[in-house]
Amino acid sequence: MNFPARRSWRHCAVLLALGLMGSVGHTQETFKIGIVSFLSGQAAESFGIPAVNGAKVLIEAFNKGQAPAPYNKPGIGGLPIEAMYVDEAGGATKQVQELRNLYEREKVDVVVGYVGSGDCLAVAPVAEELKKFLILYDCGTPRIFEDNSFRYVFRTAAHATMDNVALARYLKARKVPVKTFNLINQDYAWGQDSRKDFILSMANLYPEAKPSVDQLPKFGAGQYGTEISALMSKPADLTHSSLWGGDLQAFILQAGPRGLFKKSQVVLSAGDHVLPGLGQKMPDGTILGARGAYGLMAPPSPLNTWWWDTYSKAYNVYPVQAPYRMAQALMGLKLAAEKAMAQNNGKKPSTEMLAASLRGSEWMSPAGKIRMALSNGQQAIQDAAIGRTKWSEQKKMVMLEDIQRFDAECVNPPLNVKSEDWLKSGFAGAKCK
Amino acid sequence: MQLALTILVDGLSYASWLFIVALGLTLVFGVLKILNIAHGSFYALGAYMAASAVALATDWNLPPYFSLLAMLLAAVMLAALVAPLTERGLLRFFYGRDEVLLVLVTYALFLMLEDITKLIWGANPYYVSEPYGLFGNIDIGSQSYVGYDLLLVVLAGLVGGLVWWGLNRTRFGKIVTAVIHSPEIAASMGIKVSRVYMVAFAIGLFLAALGGAFTAPMISVQPGVSVGVIIISFAVVIIGGLGSIEGAAIGALIVGMARAMAVHLMPVAELFSVYVVMALVLMFRPEGLFQRIQARKI
Repeated sequence: MNFPARRSWRHCAVLLALGLMGSVGHTQETFKIGIVSFLSGQAAESFGIPAVNGAKVLIEAFNKGQAPAPYNKPGIGGLPIEAMYVDEAGGATKQVQELRNLYEREKVDVVVGYVGSGDCLAVAPVAEELKKFLILYDCGTPRIFEDNSFRYVFRTAAHATMDNVALARYLKARKVPVKTFNLINQDYAWGQDSRKDFILSMANLYPEAKPSVDQLPKFGAGQYGTEISALMSKPADLTHSSLWGGDLQAFILQAGPRGLFKKSQVVLSAGDHVLPGLGQKMPDGTILGARGAYGLMAPPSPLNTWWWDTYSKAYNVYPVQAPYRMAQALMGLKLAAEKAMAQNNGKKPSTEMLAASLRGSEWMSPAGKIRMALSNGQQAIQDAAIGRTKWSEQKKMVMLEDIQRFDAECVNPPLNVKSEDWLKSGFAGAKCK
Repeated sequence: MQLALTILVDGLSYASWLFIVALGLTLVFGVLKILNIAHGSFYALGAYMAASAVALATDWNLPPYFSLLAMLLAAVMLAALVAPLTERGLLRFFYGRDEVLLVLVTYALFLMLEDITKLIWGANPYYVSEPYGLFGNIDIGSQSYVGYDLLLVVLAGLVGGLVWWGLNRTRFGKIVTAVIHSPEIAASMGIKVSRVYMVAFAIGLFLAALGGAFTAPMISVQPGVSVGVIIISFAVVIIGGLGSIEGAAIGALIVGMARAMAVHLMPVAELFSVYVVMALVLMFRPEGLFQRIQARKI
């Protein structure tokens, strides 16, 4: 009576062992990407989570082979993409450790990440030292590639100088009269750089215009009553701001009822991402940029329509700048990796091959053409766009009108010229249509 | 003259908001001897609860002014729910231990509450700006202020007055004072010290939540709102003297006025102005403006 039972137990053990062997034997090679962005803290809502959402929906489409050509090959060159998501919160020291963990412990092939300029400046030399592939998809400081030389580190989005040059060019093109302008920017690298870029750009295009009130509230201030009083006490023709996220939302909610937007033409260098949330609370006529031709200002194309629809369907909100920048990074990576794989007989490429493939390349993204044109082909340039807000009663959303797009060469410095030098030279070498 | 008036109004408005939050912080320290870092999280929770409550009131088509009551009720509910859980369920196990350990415990609580908030409300921002427009605009000199901002001045005065009256003119206030001076002697006189601790903690939490609730209409409520407020609140209570209500009021006024003057006269020194005042006070009065020097118990 015991014999059949023992035999069935042995059968089970053999089957289990075979099953395990089979599963091990069939473990498919993947293309592993570490994605780092803010999942908590103040930058999560505006930048981190929308970007990660964008990565999730795009990677799913890539793996299913559902993205439009030339992104329609499943995964990356047929290898399924395996993504790991890491929180960028916690400061630069933590990020350096997390980056090492991703490469050395998790064995990721590529890291795509970083919103904070401080984080980018900290992790880039580490990836370079480890000879590991790193794409910086978002952070804005020009210093990363202007003050350093990298082989394995890339930035697939334009740096922040473009934003304020485009704003100033837009004002000039639309003949907005400016004799004085006020400024309110956060008191850290991003705000200080934006402020400087805008002042230098205005000096080129509006030499007679003078900066007046110059506010530098701390990051995450939340309460802007006093700053608004200061701005209103000397109202200027124009009020410039590079505030973003919760700070920008709070500023608009507090400055709107006090009449700042009526007394002065407000221009926001990176304001597009607050439009879906603020809705009707966003004052009409505000001039704003998106740090690229993103969202409502993206050039019409089948690729953009697909991206807009895919993201909107997944998250019930249209994509703003952060998911666009993530998409252009992953699209550039996919094409570069597939090109390198083709040269490597279909096998996963080495870091060196991958870097050679992305360096100096160009590709179409939902926001138009991305060109790795600066800093020996490691730094991208792209077109910029600026528009003016207008609430649409029919669509029940804020729309952008009077949109003007600027060619990448018109708003980015030329090769081997530092941003600040370019601004001080009066945009020497800029090619504008 | 106009500039002085603007600085005065701006400083007072900022100080009012700060006082409501800092009052809770100083009260909890005064009674429980806890430097409560999680106070910032209670502020954020108050803002989120208020956002949900106002949204609910709007959905039910209640009159616009009811949103103010909804915000108040949100803060009360939060204090009633979370204070017993936190104080009885966590903090009481650490009473009598090193103050540094309590700071670490409340910091851990702060981190947990950050994630809990995100789990409940998600990462998307909440807007409840409807109450912000309830009182229209008021012109003071050449400036147009939102009436709601000035409501906070009234609210701060009311809250400060009520807490002062409660501590100085009621039987419960005398009991609290006795516990502050010596929990051991108070207990030997038949006072339920644990109950005093819980009530004091609940009032402190309510004040943080109230600050958050009445700030919600002016901001977008989203992850991260808890961080800034706790740092500046600590500056206020350090200037005024930890555990002192008068100190919190004067500290908030000093910080509000210093900040308003800096923003109007030297914007680059905005942050510096607050902490230079704090440093000056600590140089001459290390225990804060309203804290008496106390002999250490051995």
